[in-house]
Amino acid sequence: MFYREAGQFKTSYGADQQILPIRQDRIGMVVLLAVAFLGVPMFASEYWFSAILIPFLIFALAALGLNILTGYAGQLSLGSAAFMAVGAYAAYNFQLRIEGIPILVSFLLGGVVAAGVGILFGLPSLRIKGFYLAVATLAAQFFIVWCLTKFPWLSNNSSSGVISAQKIIIFGHEFNSPQDKYLLVLGIVVVLALAAKNLVRGNVGRSWMAVRDMDVAAEVIGFRIMRTKLTAFAVSSFYCGVAGALYAFCYLGSVEPDGFSLELSFKILFMIIIGGVGSILGSFVGAAFILLLPVLLDVLLPALSETLSLPVDGASISHIQTMIFGALIMFFLIVEPHGLARLWQIAKEKLRLWPFPH
Amino acid sequence: MARQIGEVIVDLQNISLRFGGVKALTDISFNIREHEIRSIIGPNGAGKSSMLNVINGVYHPQEGKIIYRGEERRKMEPYEAAGQGFARTFQNIALFKGMSVLDNLMTGRNLKMKATLVEQAFFWGRARNEELEHRKKVEEVIDFLEIQHIRKTPVGRLPYGLQKRVELGRALAAEPNLLLLDEPMAGMNVEEKQDMCRFILDVNDQFGTTIVLIEHDMGVVMDISDRVVVLDYGKKIGDGVPDEVKNNPEVIAAYLGTQH
Repeated sequence: MFYREAGQFKTSYGADQQILPIRQDRIGMVVLLAVAFLGVPMFASEYWFSAILIPFLIFALAALGLNILTGYAGQLSLGSAAFMAVGAYAAYNFQLRIEGIPILVSFLLGGVVAAGVGILFGLPSLRIKGFYLAVATLAAQFFIVWCLTKFPWLSNNSSSGVISAQKIIIFGHEFNSPQDKYLLVLGIVVVLALAAKNLVRGNVGRSWMAVRDMDVAAEVIGFRIMRTKLTAFAVSSFYCGVAGALYAFCYLGSVEPDGFSLELSFKILFMIIIGGVGSILGSFVGAAFILLLPVLLDVLLPALSETLSLPVDGASISHIQTMIFGALIMFFLIVEPHGLARLWQIAKEKLRLWPFPH
Repeated sequence: MARQIGEVIVDLQNISLRFGGVKALTDISFNIREHEIRSIIGPNGAGKSSMLNVINGVYHPQEGKIIYRGEERRKMEPYEAAGQGFARTFQNIALFKGMSVLDNLMTGRNLKMKATLVEQAFFWGRARNEELEHRKKVEEVIDFLEIQHIRKTPVGRLPYGLQKRVELGRALAAEPNLLLLDEPMAGMNVEEKQDMCRFILDVNDQFGTTIVLIEHDMGVVMDISDRVVVLDYGKKIGDGVPDEVKNNPEVIAAYLGTQH
């Protein structure tokens, strides 16, 4: 009823091209950011920060990266975890080997190195498409993890390639507590998400979508296919790389190459499929779904079995959990194959007209 | 002001194109003059679309020369042809289905946008100015084609006739010197055809755009073309003003068959 845009007239193209053209959406976004930056730090517990909110934000960032490549540019990739690993190890090495380099710069450079590696493994996309490309990106997944174990220099000669992230100090302030780390991650994710939104609504985003939808027409209208695809690989890997650096520095503290396995790549892929391919919001929703639902089931199921006094033990509960999780994924994919973000969009469209049918 | 047909801008000389053993085009020569509407006709499989693909660099002919404004061009990629002001539409609509009409039209302006990736990421400096400036140009095209009501609609949801119009819009947004139209009226009803004819004539008249048109509707072709070239089995069998072509015995034979 209150979600109406009637009376909100646009008098310039600038106003019409805003990211959130409807006033209610803008208010919603401000409230959301206020809650995330001010409300949450006041109330959330340490467990919430380090087990739920920080990984959620980091995976949302990685999913955003993959979504740029797969959702917007249409190039399927199974190497996201490997690009995260590149970001993590590169940031670690910049911290280790360059005296006094600011940590944020290392994160940034970690992303840049990942972008370079991404371009390299994006080269096959110039000749192959779809599933075949996905298999080619598998090469990145295995090769990079192998490299990190094989060359001890990359992990400063630690056994089996384990690295321990250095302290995070920005302008003399040490980011030690989960709350501090949460705010740092949140800040980076918000800036990068805004940048991603700007990219996809600008010329480069249009070039990605054009190549995705109809590559011959894209070339005829003047986009260079090679440059477009490689830009998508670079930007995507940059996002995954920064996510990887944050994963090592702000979430786990110490990581090993095997932690960035194919399983993690699949997890990120599932996030964008569930959340919505080709949607910035979808990356966040998908990450929330994949990460938070198991936690939720973890809390709900034992409580439920207790209240109903069902004779089930812990092991069965965790099996049932997996089954419910799988069933929910299938349910949502059947209800809306375009992901949860599309459900949200449809809900908003309905809300604009409610209570009238059209 | 009456439209003046100018100099030859594209001169195709002895073009031959083969795919393996299949000869798609054999020794074809014709030219295109500035500001004219030049039609290419012929039965199915005559090589009309291949001809367009040669002109804008999708196919590279094995033999022959393409001379554009007095300069020979050897081998050119489609994006380079776009840079020279060639734009086209496709026989089977080739719009970007996941994007809105507005975004589809904005892609037509891509070669005129110079903002770097970082500028675009922060919607800052040139990125912002360009986006607004080109939006203005695109809105002119939208007004011209009378598609204001659908500018925010994803093109996948539009009916066929409108999609054809949007595709023309995308080509026009590039402000081309040479517009290649591959069957812009295929599958349309009479009203839609009339609209499309009006747009083509207006583009030609108002912007002086040179147009190369492939079309099967002979009524339309004979009405609006300045000159017509006729292909059959990859060979040129006729070339001239519509009346000449209409009475050319070879053309009549290709379309109606001959008595044995």
